[in-house]
Amino acid sequence: MVSVESEAQGAAMVIPTSVKVLVAGGFGAGKTTMVGSVSEIPPLSTEELLTEASTDVDDLVGVEEKTTTTVALDFGRITINAEIVLYLFGTPGQNRFWFMWDELANGAIGAIVLVDTRRLDSSFPSVDFFERRKIPFIIAVNCFDDAYRYQVDEVRSALALSEDIPVLMCDARERESSKQALVSLVEHAMSRAPMSVDEVV
Amino acid sequence: MSEPDDRWFDEAAGPLVRPYAMTRGRTRPGNTDLDLATQVVTVWTENDSGSLSPEHQAVIELCRTPLSVAEVAAYVDVPLVVVKVLLSDLIERGDVVARAPRMANNLPDRNLLQAVLDGVRRI
Ligand SMILES: Nc1nc2c(ncn2[C@@H]2O[C@H](COP(=O)(O)OP(=O)(O)O)[C@@H](O)[C@H]2O)c(=O)[nH]1
Ligand SMILES: [Mg+2]
Repeated sequence: MVSVESEAQGAAMVIPTSVKVLVAGGFGAGKTTMVGSVSEIPPLSTEELLTEASTDVDDLVGVEEKTTTTVALDFGRITINAEIVLYLFGTPGQNRFWFMWDELANGAIGAIVLVDTRRLDSSFPSVDFFERRKIPFIIAVNCFDDAYRYQVDEVRSALALSEDIPVLMCDARERESSKQALVSLVEHAMSRAPMSVDEVV
Repeated sequence: MSEPDDRWFDEAAGPLVRPYAMTRGRTRPGNTDLDLATQVVTVWTENDSGSLSPEHQAVIELCRTPLSVAEVAAYVDVPLVVVKVLLSDLIERGDVVARAPRMANNLPDRNLLQAVLDGVRRI
């Protein structure tokens, strides 16, 4: 707990600690929808500038002028208790945005990778990213109405996932379903987390 | 009272001076530890805020209750890179204090995760 003495308020003000969860996946996979369905506030949006330094060299070939584009970041919040606030960040899963993922992923509990079975390959970069950085993640298969219904095992093998990565079917529009995905991620992160100091005998 | 030179803001400049004018062209905050999820809150001080830009003042007003850097950016409606510069200015002046996310450089511990799990189950 960190508190700030504030003469004006006449009492110590508590600054909550934040925890982060990432919602990743390809374009149109349902990231914004999932963030919105569990957030306690309407999802907010902010933008990060994609500057020259953070752009792939390939992207600059033939570019005469220094261009600056922006990437939108959607997020929501869940107040866990007086001391903890959880933020969910919906992040675009393209390679060129990795510079932003690095900051997002730093210290994050983990990620929910949303998979649209009509475009399985669009979730590959996200899966790669979290695997390589050993960031806990789960797969949430968004069941779009017109999509072929894969079995969990089919998705697992298509994404070449190891057995311990949870895969669940979800509907990002449903709060309960998105909440299940979140619960599953936190449980998965716990199974990999180090013991707390007071648990070590 | 600030030196006239410090007054980068100029009504005549109009609304076209966005967003780099707000930060006097700076894109790198002095305080590079600000994470998107860092909590920031305004502290009451004797500091004179009259010389601050409207954006700095908007941030001070907004942060009377703790918010994350990302929320401040969204509400003030400036890019993250800009809000980080504004916030580092205010932190340097002592108007705002920040608290980094838990376990920024290693794994969140089980007690924290258990509390999060309990909280998420309640929603
Ligand atoms: N049937 C179905 N549609 C969904 C689901 N999740 C999102 N959608 C729709 O898919 C579209 C794209 O979702 P969006 O959240 O904007 O995707 P994003 O690009 O990943 O942020 C929207 O029209 C959503 O309403 C889902 O679970 N099932
Ligand atoms: Mg979106």
